[in-house]
Amino acid sequence: MKRKLAAALGLLGALMTPVASPAQETVNDPAWQAVLDDAKGETVYFHAWGGEPRINAYISWAAREVAKNFDIRVLQVKVSDTGSVVSQVLAEKSVGKNSGGAVDLVWINGENFAAMKEQGLLAAPGWAQSLPNWRYVDVENKPTVVEDFTVPTDGQESPWGMAKLVFIYDSARLDTPPATLDGLLSYAKAHPGRFAYPQPPNFFGTTFLKQVLVSTAPDKAALTKPVDEARFAEMTAPLFAYLDDLHGALWRQGRAFPKDAAHMRQLLADGELDIAFSFNPSGASSAIANGELPPSVRTFVLDGGTIGNTHFVAIPFNSSSQAGAKVFANFLLSPTAQARKQDPDIWGDPTVLNVAGLPETEKVLFDTLDLGPATLTSDQLGPVLPEPHPSWVSALEEAWTARYGAE
Amino acid sequence: MLTSPKAGPAIPVILVSVLLAGPVLAGLLGTVLPAFGYLPALGHSGLSLAPLQQLFQQPGLVTSLWLSFATGLAASVLSLMIVLLFVAGWSGTRTFRHLTRFLSPLLSVPHAAAAIGLAFLIAPSGFLVRLVSPWASGWTRPPDVLILNDPFGIAMTMGLVAKEVPFLFLMTLAALNRPQIQEYFKAGASLGYGRVATFFTIVLPQIYPLIRLPVLAVVAYATSVVDVAAILGPTTPAPLAPRLVSWMNDPDLTYRLMASAGALLQLAVSAAALGTYLAGERLVATVSKRRLVTGHRHLQERTARYGGLLVMVTIIAAMVLSLVLLGLWSAARSWWFPAVLPQAWNVMRLADTLGMSLGLLGTTVGLACASAFIATALTLWLLEARDHRKSSSSRRLKTLVFLPLLLPQISFLFGLQLLFLSADFSGTFVAVLLAHLVFVLPYAFLALSDPWDRLDPRYAKAAAAIGASRARIFWQIRLPLLLRPVLVVLAVSAAVSVGQYLPTLMIGAGRIATVTTESVALASGGSRQAAALLALLQLGIPLVGFVLAALLPALLHRNRAAMRLER
Repeated sequence: MKRKLAAALGLLGALMTPVASPAQETVNDPAWQAVLDDAKGETVYFHAWGGEPRINAYISWAAREVAKNFDIRVLQVKVSDTGSVVSQVLAEKSVGKNSGGAVDLVWINGENFAAMKEQGLLAAPGWAQSLPNWRYVDVENKPTVVEDFTVPTDGQESPWGMAKLVFIYDSARLDTPPATLDGLLSYAKAHPGRFAYPQPPNFFGTTFLKQVLVSTAPDKAALTKPVDEARFAEMTAPLFAYLDDLHGALWRQGRAFPKDAAHMRQLLADGELDIAFSFNPSGASSAIANGELPPSVRTFVLDGGTIGNTHFVAIPFNSSSQAGAKVFANFLLSPTAQARKQDPDIWGDPTVLNVAGLPETEKVLFDTLDLGPATLTSDQLGPVLPEPHPSWVSALEEAWTARYGAE
Repeated sequence: MLTSPKAGPAIPVILVSVLLAGPVLAGLLGTVLPAFGYLPALGHSGLSLAPLQQLFQQPGLVTSLWLSFATGLAASVLSLMIVLLFVAGWSGTRTFRHLTRFLSPLLSVPHAAAAIGLAFLIAPSGFLVRLVSPWASGWTRPPDVLILNDPFGIAMTMGLVAKEVPFLFLMTLAALNRPQIQEYFKAGASLGYGRVATFFTIVLPQIYPLIRLPVLAVVAYATSVVDVAAILGPTTPAPLAPRLVSWMNDPDLTYRLMASAGALLQLAVSAAALGTYLAGERLVATVSKRRLVTGHRHLQERTARYGGLLVMVTIIAAMVLSLVLLGLWSAARSWWFPAVLPQAWNVMRLADTLGMSLGLLGTTVGLACASAFIATALTLWLLEARDHRKSSSSRRLKTLVFLPLLLPQISFLFGLQLLFLSADFSGTFVAVLLAHLVFVLPYAFLALSDPWDRLDPRYAKAAAAIGASRARIFWQIRLPLLLRPVLVVLAVSAAVSVGQYLPTLMIGAGRIATVTTESVALASGGSRQAAALLALLQLGIPLVGFVLAALLPALLHRNRAAMRLER
């Protein structure tokens, strides 16, 4: 009942606020006004991973807002793998389709972005910084909003949300979670079959490898540069020594792996696993609110920090409605949209904005958020370890597959 | 009759050839070129063997090949054996008729949905273990045993068997449904042969040619299946087909060349499996020829009969239970081990998702109806024209029609996508419809050509003798007589159209979304609730088709006793 009331209030709020916000967004910027005029009546096909009903619901909320305020129709194309979107744009480019492409905006980061950027599949640089709401983005404290896996974004993608690796456990079964990778290893050995990580090249599995790599590599600076084949073995030796040690104690002795983070969450709920992980610091709270995880579930991080990054939206070079895509990207950056996104009852995805620097009326949207029982405060979350250069992703995946993926 | 009989068949034959062979061949070309290093968009414009070399350096490639080959072939042969054993032991009995009623709707269960349901049934934290935990098993937590995704592909083979048995069963049923077959059974019985012995010595040799193509289609499908393999199959390494898809979608774009080379290899694996099956077929024929005339009247009759029944009932029970579990999941909020039933329900979400899926449902039904009607109409046209011309080219035509079923989808879809894109035609309803037709037409032809051939030609001759035109014979004699099979074919075609995932995704460019593309996207997030709900929707559409196909004849023929008794 309380949830329903909250939803009704939220709806009421949503109905009332737009009167103020769009007026604010029609800043005295003739260039942006031209984009807004241009965008009127456009349809934006937003290709976004569709595996999470909560995120899909958030996107349809955002679509309704921009339809109401800017006369833009946004349709989410739910994809199972962002790689297939890259494939689509690539196929279009290979037959010379330089305009009128099927993808207007894509939810992206990391190696997919790097690949599209390198192959010239993205719209011209600089558009992201031209968005009016860019001024709220926390470039100073969240450097990953302009450096995606160490690759400069050059304004070819606009930040949408922050991600950070967090571990999830059920406090009803596990009292004190481990605080280091070694602690994790001894826990796994003491409780064989109760820890797992998704199989690379799944994104979450690779992230776990990167977490171990970043914590153990002998030369951290080399990780920010493209892989040096000559030194790859030396750099990854501690990582694979750790995994060799861990694998015997893994779920199913490492002969089968969870598919992804959601599968791990399911296995945690079913009691098959004791420890799972997520890339969303509020993911556990959201799952509790949703009934997917028991209320006793909590979050922990490792001493010394965990991997973190930013996810973005990007416009392909041949998008059919670039103006509409920009207006939508700008709306996604607005404090209203970002605050709603951070609410664990909605999605729970951390903001890319500098909340402290927001005008008072908008700051309060964030200050009043209830982040849920299983979300760590930003102090508890600890430092963010930067992602290695994207070339490490495929190098790690190949090395992993050769070692464990083909027995 | 002004048209010359020779001019008749040209149009439908050409139409079907263009519809089927065109896309398939163009698609293959679009795969072959990148496989040899030609993909100008990525700056590769020379021919080379590098993609093939890169492919063969992939770790575990041989295991992947072997897995694809062995699981696909094993699943096909097992399914065929189960179906034949069951049919041999029970055809014509009441038990048989009862089980038939269960098996036909199971045909409409999409592969992925069946696999998801089955996975939840047999997993260590799944339904069967929950039923006995902890009171009997002592397990307060799920045991850490490897059931799903086992390295030998056993779970995957089982999943494929559960799904292919209904298909092969219906095909066998259609083949059995000819007037003289019951006479063979009587003849066998009067000579003192047991039921099973009669079937294998007398009936099977007669009907086998009719079910051979469906079996080959199953072999080709099972050796290149993606969705079932992804849910139930091994992952260290995976069979070739799912690995291909992940290479195709790898952010490292150079993988696409290797993926194309892999698609050619997939073609070779499926061909090898087909070849092995055909060789095995010949071997069995030679060996059994001698045994046929030994005069043994009973082939361990009881064991065979009850064994066949047990396996069949197990399959039906597993499938039905899987579907019920999907239904429960779609309305569950929390359902944790060891609860046998959900701890908390959420029917609101069900209603929400249904509401949001209305548009998808419209597109899916539209595509299904359009492709079913076009495919059925074309098939009828083709058959009518063939009869009229009494052409002998039907063998060649048959091969052509089955081409899309015998070639692995992924070996030509990427090329097909490029073809549609360069014609500036992808992302439209019509484009997706055309792509669906490539896969729907063969099934329509497969399911309709036999009932058509079986229709007593004397009806048409009698009508012609009293001056009925060709059109009138078709509309007023043949079509009403074939109403039942035609409706079934419409339902089968609609089911095939609903099941298309990769073609819809790649040709629809995301602009055309169906219940199937949506459910795969949702399944990628592991939300069992949402995936279950969409799987049920995906299942519901063809089910409505099958129910209509069963009810309509009774309704239309309510005052035609003889027509109702047909079958």
